[in-house]
Amino acid sequence: MYAVVAGGGKVGSNVTRSLLQLGHEVTMIEQRPDRFARLEEEFGPVVIRGDATEIATLERAGIARPPELVLAVTGDDEDNLVISQIAKETYGVRKAIARVNDPRNQQHFDLLGITQTICATTSILGLVEHEVPEHGLVRLLELQKEGLAVVEVQVEGGSPAAGKKAGGLRLPPGSRLISVWRQGRTELVESSTVVRPGDQVLAVVPSESTAELRRALLGAPR
Amino acid sequence: MNAVVIGCGRVGSAVARGLAADGWDVSVVDETEDALSRLGPAWRGGFVVGHGMDVAVLERAGIPDAEAAVVATDGDNTNIVIGQVLQQRYGVATVVVRILDPARAKLYADRGMSIVCPTQTAISGLLETVRAARPANAA
Repeated sequence: MYAVVAGGGKVGSNVTRSLLQLGHEVTMIEQRPDRFARLEEEFGPVVIRGDATEIATLERAGIARPPELVLAVTGDDEDNLVISQIAKETYGVRKAIARVNDPRNQQHFDLLGITQTICATTSILGLVEHEVPEHGLVRLLELQKEGLAVVEVQVEGGSPAAGKKAGGLRLPPGSRLISVWRQGRTELVESSTVVRPGDQVLAVVPSESTAELRRALLGAPR
Repeated sequence: MNAVVIGCGRVGSAVARGLAADGWDVSVVDETEDALSRLGPAWRGGFVVGHGMDVAVLERAGIPDAEAAVVATDGDNTNIVIGQVLQQRYGVATVVVRILDPARAKLYADRGMSIVCPTQTAISGLLETVRAARPANAA
C-alpha cells in the first residue's frame, strides 16, 4: 500500500514508522525545518519538506498516483480538513483519515464530508466515561458514515433487561446486541441468550438511538 | 442588509468600512481586540473577538441573519473552511473568500466558491504591464 502522511509530529512520525515496519511505502510531509532535519536523519528520503496544503507539495509526495491512504495529522485542523478535501475530491484518494485537534471542530469535518476522523481528546473522554460506571452506557466507536455506534452497557440487578431473553427485549429499530462479557468470557448473543446482572453487553445501535437503547436495557436514567 | 467580515486586517477592515459606507449593517470578527482600531474611531458596526472557526463566535456576529460574508483572515486554509461552513451550514447567500495561494484559489473556485486571489491579481497585472511595454518589433 502507498500512504501519504501529512505532518511529522508525534502522531505522523510514529504512524510512518509503523507503516514502514509493516512493509508499506510511505511519504511523510513536514514543514518545520528543525523537525524536518530530525526526521530526515531517521527516515531519509521518506520525508519531504513542504506545506502539505500546497498542491505542488502534495504532487511531489505522489498524490496523483493516487495513494491508497492519506493521513492528515498536522496540529492544525483547518490544514487537515483542506488536505483531506484535496486528496479525496481532486485526486480521488479513496481513504483519507484526518486528525481533529480541537473536538469543537469535529462538526466542521462532518459537515464537509470528511467522515473518517480521529480526535485524541474525544477518545480520552470516552475512556474516562468507561471508568465511570454510573453512566451505564459507553460509546466505544462511532461509525460516522453508517450512522451507527458500537456501545457497551453494564447490566445491573435492577435493570429491566436482567433475567430476560435477548430475543424478547424491545430494542430500538436497527440495533442489535452482539455479545455479553461475563465471568471473564465473551459469549455471542443469540435470541435465546438470557441477559444477567453484571453482564457487559456489547451492542450496535443507530447513533441517535443510544439513549433509547440505554432505557431498554437499564431503565430510566437515575 | 447584514454583512459579516471575518478577519480584520488591512483587507478585512477596509472592506468592512466600505460596506458600512454603502449602508450595510456590518459585524466584524477578529481574534485580537487590537484589530478594532483598524476600523477607526467612528466605527458603529459590530465587533466580536474570537476565532471564525468557533460557531458561537459566528453566531454572536450575526451569521444566521447575514446576507453576505467576507472571509479574509491571514490563513488560507482557515478561510477555505470558514467559507464552506458559512455556505453549507448557515446558507449565507453571498460568501466571498480571500485565498493567497493561486493553486488552492483555482481549485476551490472550480468547486464553485467565490474567491478573490490577490496573488494571482498581482501576477497577472505585473505580466500584463511588462508585456504591454515590450516594443512590437522586439519578438
